[in-house]
Parts: sequence; structure tokens; C-alpha cells
Amino acid sequence: MARAVTTRRKAVITACAWTVGLTIFFPILWTLLTSFKTEAEAIADPPSLFFFQWTTENYGEVLQRSNYFRHFANSVVISVGSTLLGLLIAIPTAWSMAFVPAKRNKDILMWMLSTKMLPPVGVLIPIYLIFRDFGLLDTRTGLVIVMTLINLPIIIWMLFTYFKEIPGEILEAARMDGATLWAEILYVLTPMAVPGIASTLLLNIILAWNEAFWTLNLTASKAAPLTAFIASYSSPEGLFYAKLSAASAMAIAPILIMGWFSQKQLVRGLTFGAVK
Amino acid sequence: MGSITLKDVTKSFGPVDVIRPINLEIEDGEFVVFVGPSGCGKSTLLRLIAGLEDVTSGAIEIDGRDATSIPPAKRGLAMVFQSYALYPHMSVRKNIAFPLKMAGIDPAERERKVLAAAETLNLTDYLDRRPGQLSGGQRQRVAIGRSIVREPAAFLFDEPLSNLDAALRGNMRLEISELHQSLKTTMVYVTHDQIEAMTMADKIVVLQAGRIEQVGSPMELYRNPANRFVAGFIGSPTMNFIEGAEAEKHGAASIGVRPEHLSVSREGGGWKGKVGVAEHLGSDTYLHVHLDDIGQVTARAEGEIDLHYGEEVFLTPDAAKIHRFTADGAIAAQGGAA
Repeated sequence: MARAVTTRRKAVITACAWTVGLTIFFPILWTLLTSFKTEAEAIADPPSLFFFQWTTENYGEVLQRSNYFRHFANSVVISVGSTLLGLLIAIPTAWSMAFVPAKRNKDILMWMLSTKMLPPVGVLIPIYLIFRDFGLLDTRTGLVIVMTLINLPIIIWMLFTYFKEIPGEILEAARMDGATLWAEILYVLTPMAVPGIASTLLLNIILAWNEAFWTLNLTASKAAPLTAFIASYSSPEGLFYAKLSAASAMAIAPILIMGWFSQKQLVRGLTFGAVK
Repeated sequence: MGSITLKDVTKSFGPVDVIRPINLEIEDGEFVVFVGPSGCGKSTLLRLIAGLEDVTSGAIEIDGRDATSIPPAKRGLAMVFQSYALYPHMSVRKNIAFPLKMAGIDPAERERKVLAAAETLNLTDYLDRRPGQLSGGQRQRVAIGRSIVREPAAFLFDEPLSNLDAALRGNMRLEISELHQSLKTTMVYVTHDQIEAMTMADKIVVLQAGRIEQVGSPMELYRNPANRFVAGFIGSPTMNFIEGAEAEKHGAASIGVRPEHLSVSREGGGWKGKVGVAEHLGSDTYLHVHLDDIGQVTARAEGEIDLHYGEEVFLTPDAAKIHRFTADGAIAAQGGAA
């Protein structure tokens, strides 16, 4: 029997949900508000939430001091490039793991995931040296490669779980219906896997966009993405909270907008398979 | 057009022998049912014929041509799966047209055949729906439609009705039988339900543990089961098996009597006992009787019989229809079983 949901119970749950949601959102809101303050107001104690002198001069100054669009372009190339390259490698891998069962499939998947358990700093020096010797430091190519490798286990895992959900009998039906392997992939498998591929793509663009450890350590200026752009406001001449906030807001805005428009796809992607 | 021959076919998954050497002739136009308990290898055998599994040894011939190493797409067979296996992203029309598209048939001809199949299967109103918007019975019809459009040499059915409710199952059973009458194409049908086997088959193949126990028409298997397993599997309710002194009187390790071959009387007869549960079905009554010295047996009586729990009753077996078995379950030599 369904549990009776009283009005009071509903109100309490709604209040809890809003509290959790606002708590999570608060730092982003605070960053946005700070970006419209003057530097003096940004460090004022006690801080003012809404009642301050609104200004957009931080944005003007940030745009003037750094080449925002070059960083933006780098971020796009690195996140989209590494995701596409990753998908190109991961689709056939996940496909064969899901549909050609072999004894060691589970072990291989576990082994791939285990590379994510290593703290990245543990391999920073070898990778830095390899990059230096191959002339990949501060290049977009280098970052695309490293981002691909870092996110590949996650891409393969996600795709593997999606493909696993496709019933094998449907593929067998296609074979019985006279489909060649190519027709089977083109007309039956791919259309059924598109939602899964799309949400994997979106999630990985977000992961690569926000990745900071490798992008900060392997770039200097030419290939530096938006993460480096934010970081450049946090050190040399001391902390400038208002400008740092403005830079952060500009860096997260594109991905936030993309996430907003694709949220339905993302939620589906993250809960896929949980409920039949 | 659609004869299938299995020659010493075996299948092993690793160390497990799922199919022991099997020899079987399926003639053109025949409706053959593979029946057996779960895990007996009946589905595997069907998948071997389909080409979805490779045989470990032996040969499969379709229309006299060796098909053992031909891929499923090229065998000219159509299959209906237990889960229907419809393409969820395609409309009913596209689902049914898919095999025609794969065969490279032009769109106008495709459309004509799809409409004809939809007409036969009462699917005309649903052609533009997706499988997700259909009921179980309709999905099953789409699956059948998809298999009939390309006029295969034979149809393979893998427990196609087991996901349907009882009433629908009865209807679909009739529809498939009618389809067989009108198409006259070979059909190989796998089920664990002996009622489906009895009502639909021209020829039943009873399987157990990867071996064929017996092949024959439904009534042959009913009248002359080759062993105790087949005797117990075919017929509903199942045959009563009696061991011990009563069996020895008939010179066998055990005897079998079907519930419908026991006559029920209050006055007197062969075996005395007490009525346990009486199941009144309307047309028939199944009496579960506890016989003195023999044990529990089931007897079929007429629907209107007025017998209740704990009453004394006499059962008399039809002497001509007692089946006698040896200790290892084989049918004992010399008649008795008619």
C-alpha cells in the first residue's frame, strides 16, 4: 500500500530540499554577487549580501587584463576534443565488452577504473618529463591527450553500462532479420545507444572543462584554458576577490549554460538503468 | 521448402554438455514442438538451428543443404523471441518492414507486404505506434508480423507466449495454429508448457538433459509414452505413479495410471481410499484421493460429482490403460498399455 503523504510531511520535505539546494548553490551565488562588488566591499566585514554598490568594472578589467576568449577557445578545444577522441576509442571498447562476453571483461574494467584511484600528483613528474621531451608542454594537443587518458575509464564505464542495458535478443533479432554486422550497428544498436552516448559526451565535456590539476601544471600561457585563467587572479599581487570572482563567473558561465539546456539528458544519463 | 535435419548435433558450453548427440528430421510444413523442463536444452537446440549458437559437433541441414556454418542472416529462417525483441526506436510499420529492407526490397513492395501482414494480424490501426505503446499481445503479433513478411523457409518460436496472461495465451495459441494452417510453412516451437505442445504440434519432441526422450504425434506420446519421464510430462493432470506391492502385482517396478483412466465410485471397486481436496472445475472434478496402502493419487471425475473432504471412495483403474515401467523408468516389455 502506498504510504499516505500528509500535507505537513510534504511541506517539511520541500523545505529540506530547498535548504540542501540553496546550500549547494550558495557558493556560486556568493561568487556571482562578489563579482559585482568593488574590491573594498568584497572583503568588507560584515559582508553585505545584496545591498552594496553594484558595479561591472571587475568584468571590464578582467577582460582588459587577460585574453578571455583565447582561454575560452582553449577550454572548448580541450574539453570537446578530448571527449570526442575518448568516445572514438571507448565506443568500440565498450561495445565489445558488452556484447562479446569474455572471461576477463570484469577484471579489465576494474583495472581501468583503478587508474582513477591513483592520486594524479603521483605521476606528475614522469608525465611532465614525457611532455617536455615530446614538446607537448603548453600545447592543446598535449592537453587533449592527457584529458582523454584521464577520462577514458569513466567514458568506457558509462558506455559499457548503457550498452549492457540493450537486450542481446534485439541484436539477435536483427541478425535473424537478415542484417549484416554493419546494418545491425547502424540501424539497431546506434539509435538505441544514442541517449547513452549523448549523456556520456555531456558529462565528459563538463569533467574536462573543470579539470584543474593537469591543465594548471602542463600549461603556461599558449594552451592555458579557463582554469588557468581563474588561477591567474589568485596569486601574484595578492588576492583580489572581486576580480577573481568575475573571472570564475566567466569561466563557469558557458558550461553552466550548456548544463542548464541539457539537464534532462544529463539526469537521464546519471540515473539510466537505475529504474526500468 | 523448409525441411530441417539435425545430424549428431552436440553443443557444450565449456565442460557442460548442453546438447548430447541429437538426430532429428523436421519435414517441410510440419509443426514441431520441442518440450521439456527448464534447462533441458530445448532453447539451445532452437538457437543452434537459428545459427545464433555454433554447434560443437555435428551438422545441420536446411532443405538438404549443409547450413552448419552459414550465419543466421543467411539461413532464411525467421524467429520469434520470448521477449518479442522488437526494435524500440522504430514504429510498428518499420519493425515489420525491417527484414524486407535488409533484403533490399524496394519501398513500394515493402509497404504492400507490410500492409498485408498487418491485415492478417489485425495490426492495421497500430502501424504508426512504437512498440512501447502496445500491449503484450499486440507486441507478440508485431513480432510474428516481422517474421512472416519475408516468407522464411521455417519459423522458429522461442517460448513466444510465456509473457502473456492465460486468456491471451489461449487466443494466441489458436492464432499461431491458424497461421500454420494458412501458410503451411515449417514451424519449430519451443515451450515448457505441455498443453501448448499437445494442442499445436504435429510432432512433439520431448527433451530432457540435452537428450531426446521421445518423438511422436501428441496422441502417440499420450497413449504410448516410451518411458516414465515422457509419461509424467505429457498429460494434464499428470499421470499417477504407483510403486511397491501394487506395481509388483502387475509385474513391474512401477505402474502409471492417468487420472482420466480411473473410475470413481462410492460403492466399491479396486482401490479404497479417502477423498482429500476436491477441485471442482465445472466441467470436471479432480479428486485428490489418499488410497490405503498405495498413497496419494489424482482421479478425474465428472463435474457434478458430489464428493467432499474425508469421504470414502473407490477407484478402479482401466486395466487396458495401465502403463508398466521397469526400475530404470523404461516402459516394461509386453502390453498392458494400450
